Amino acid sequence: MMELLSPFTYDYMLKAMWVSALVGGTCAFLSAFLMLKGWSLMGDALAHCVVPGVAGAYLLGFPFAAGAFIAGLLAALGMAFVRSQTRLREDTVIGLVFTSFFAAGLLIASLNPVSVNIQSIVLGNILAISDEDAIQVVIISVVTLGILLVKWKDLMLVFFDETHARSIGLNVNGLKVLFFTLLSAAVVAALQTVGACLVIAMVVTPGATAYLLTDRFPRLLAIAVAIGAGTSFIGAYLSYFLDGATGGVLVTLQTLIFLATFFFAPRYGVLATRRKAAAAVVATPVADRLS
Amino acid sequence: MTSSRRETEKGGAVSPELTASLSVRGVAVTYPNGTVALTDASFELGGGTICGLVGVNGSGKSTLFKAIMGFVAPAAGEIEIAGLSPRAAQKRNLVAYVPQAEDVDWSFPVLVEDVVMMGRYGRMGFMRRPSPNDRRMVDEALDRVGMAAYRTRQIGELSGGQRKRVFLARALAQDGLIILLDEPFTGVDVQTESAIIDLLRELKAQGHLMLVSTHNLGSVPDFCDQVVLVMRTVLAAGPTATTFTQANLEQAFGGVLRHFRLDGHALHQDDDRRSVTVLTDDERPVVFYGSVAERDEPLKRKGEEGS
Repeated sequence: MMELLSPFTYDYMLKAMWVSALVGGTCAFLSAFLMLKGWSLMGDALAHCVVPGVAGAYLLGFPFAAGAFIAGLLAALGMAFVRSQTRLREDTVIGLVFTSFFAAGLLIASLNPVSVNIQSIVLGNILAISDEDAIQVVIISVVTLGILLVKWKDLMLVFFDETHARSIGLNVNGLKVLFFTLLSAAVVAALQTVGACLVIAMVVTPGATAYLLTDRFPRLLAIAVAIGAGTSFIGAYLSYFLDGATGGVLVTLQTLIFLATFFFAPRYGVLATRRKAAAAVVATPVADRLS
Repeated sequence: MTSSRRETEKGGAVSPELTASLSVRGVAVTYPNGTVALTDASFELGGGTICGLVGVNGSGKSTLFKAIMGFVAPAAGEIEIAGLSPRAAQKRNLVAYVPQAEDVDWSFPVLVEDVVMMGRYGRMGFMRRPSPNDRRMVDEALDRVGMAAYRTRQIGELSGGQRKRVFLARALAQDGLIILLDEPFTGVDVQTESAIIDLLRELKAQGHLMLVSTHNLGSVPDFCDQVVLVMRTVLAAGPTATTFTQANLEQAFGGVLRHFRLDGHALHQDDDRRSVTVLTDDERPVVFYGSVAERDEPLKRKGEEGS
């Protein structure tokens, strides 16, 4: 029993668990929006795009968040620019831009192997996060969450019906830029916990799970955030015992919850859909079924 | 009724002295890929009216809508809504928009009442907290389109006609002076269509200006008192009786429409010189009766002559 509580006796474990939960909740909030627009892969692309920023920042002695953020913004602008100037499709443009940024990151890191630990960018390492980095992550997450709590209704409107959003005087383009800025910020924070490869799960899975559980957007947000924060906290806790990468444990937990929902969700789960279909067949008179 | 409702609104967002008007003067729109969508398009509308925006697909109807909504900047000319620029008019919540069914994501996790409440967002404060007045407007709007019983349904569970009503209710809740409707009758049963038309007539009586894009030619004379015919420019604009003529329609639709003409012995036993012309794009046809030489009015359905 005492052994189960032992992670709580170490400062570094407490720090890892709370920071993970905060980051997980922030990413989950954004996931509810991303998934609805079919933009999930944008999260993945952004995560890879910030790598050169992080590598460059460590190299030059900047705060890593500043470097990552600048790289993320450059990537987003680059995608918008290439998209508007050519006939290329969106997925092609995303693929082009994010691989070039990721390659640049690997290049910077390999040229200066001492100053940058590329593995910690790609795989994350929350258990060994420095106080300085932890403070950056907390500030990013709190600011992002704060803005989302104030602006989520406006963002929902833009995501649901852009034309209407504009017709009531909202600044649609400004809100889109705000959203991608927040997404870049959250991705930067998540790099520290799960690494560039698994950020995509943080900004997709909680929203996808919640979508199967409710038809109301505010409730969807609450469920997604609860899943994101909960799995991140427990994931960090479990990684103490499993001695595995936090990212792997955390994302596996999210996937398990998704799978359970996928099968057992009361309305949109596979079993519920089957039951409904079966009930409809029974309710239909035989004569109707034959005709 | 309209003015008393406006006074109850928070912050007096709409000045009571504003009257509905829409003026499009010499508007040209060119897309970045070089496509010229519209050139020198002009028309003026004022007061309570229902105006049909008629043209083939690709004629520039939706470009005109986008320009009025401020989504595309005209390369030349100007657009004024109640004497204001499109953006200024939007900021004052003067413009409501009813989208085409294809433009809506029906699997979005929102309920009917949530969608209607979105009509009120522009009038809410920073945090978008609905006031009792906002809730009352939503209730009223749902009642008026007969969708109150469906308010807690997810929008994807509704039929085509019900979906249209929900978005119409959102425009009602928004209480915009100008209402743009994009193909409101596509995929809608006849009963819903006449319910929508009745509602549009009520709104017209209250001083709202409605611009309705449609390719359902047959119903245009039934409910539109003005028509704008579009074919890369505004070919003709004015009262339905004098503008929605066979000659103008043939120009607007070119070879796209099916064209049937009956005269002489195929139609009459005697020497009557008049003919019947049916123009159709496979929805409800428009019927002209008489000789082409006279500028004949299109036929209305029975019982609607006086309306």
